[in-house]
Amino acid sequence: MKRISLLAFLLLGYLGAFAQQGQQVEMADALRGSGKIYVVIAVIVIIFVGLSLYLFSIDRRLKKIEKEK
Amino acid sequence: MKFIYQTWWKVLAVLVILYTLIAGFLFEVPTLPILHETIRNVYFHVPMWMAMFTVFGISVVYSIMYLNTGKEEYDLVVVECINTGMFFYVLGLITGMMWAKYTWGEFWSNDPKQNSAAVAFLLYCAYAVLRNSIDEEQKRAKISAIYNIFAFPILVVLIMVLPRMTDSLHPGNGGNPAFGKLDMDNSMRVVLYPAFIAWSALAVWIASLRYRIRLIEYKKNEIS
Repeated sequence: MKRISLLAFLLLGYLGAFAQQGQQVEMADALRGSGKIYVVIAVIVIIFVGLSLYLFSIDRRLKKIEKEK
Repeated sequence: MKFIYQTWWKVLAVLVILYTLIAGFLFEVPTLPILHETIRNVYFHVPMWMAMFTVFGISVVYSIMYLNTGKEEYDLVVVECINTGMFFYVLGLITGMMWAKYTWGEFWSNDPKQNSAAVAFLLYCAYAVLRNSIDEEQKRAKISAIYNIFAFPILVVLIMVLPRMTDSLHPGNGGNPAFGKLDMDNSMRVVLYPAFIAWSALAVWIASLRYRIRLIEYKKNEIS
């Protein structure tokens, strides 16, 4: 039991090593974030969602007209 | 043809494009000189051409089907596929010019790829001219269908083959390495290939909407 818990402890330490690596990557992400790229993404996503909703509404209206015939 | 009235693939296309919009900006890309972050344009510029090829390809299939069966509806599909394809053609050209300005130095540097794309554009303009110059419906449909069948292989040769045989600034041509070999890694492919499929589906969707409108107009004209 002791041995297993020691093993588990050491394995957790291994995870910690990975977590640190992850943090380093996050730092790079933060740099990209400070470039405010997320704002651009948000704008583009809004535009595209709007356009697709517009297309869907055209589709719906067409369906209505087609049913009338 | 039933599937153009269904919704699931349209939703799927929109969701996948949303994924490529987000992933295209956030995922890691290779760091390359000159290109810098503009390499992300690959996710948006190239799919325009893929979408164009898809709808143009469909138009060829329907041209052949029209010539086989003589069904007017197929001719309407061809026209609207080409109209939609031209829209994506223009988007591809303009985005390409924009990208070229900041990597090659000029909007238009008379690069073989650009020039042959422009020639191929005229080829499809000629389709519209030819079509609109014939009044009789069946004759118009037949002649333009035949023209379309011949125009597509020439388009492929002009855009995909000829620029590759000379020196061109465009990646994948002449002495330049293709994006597929050196510049692009697998992390880009997980965004690029879904983008190809999704933008193609979007083009098909727009073409199908235009076709349905045209079909209604056609039936209305037939009655009156």
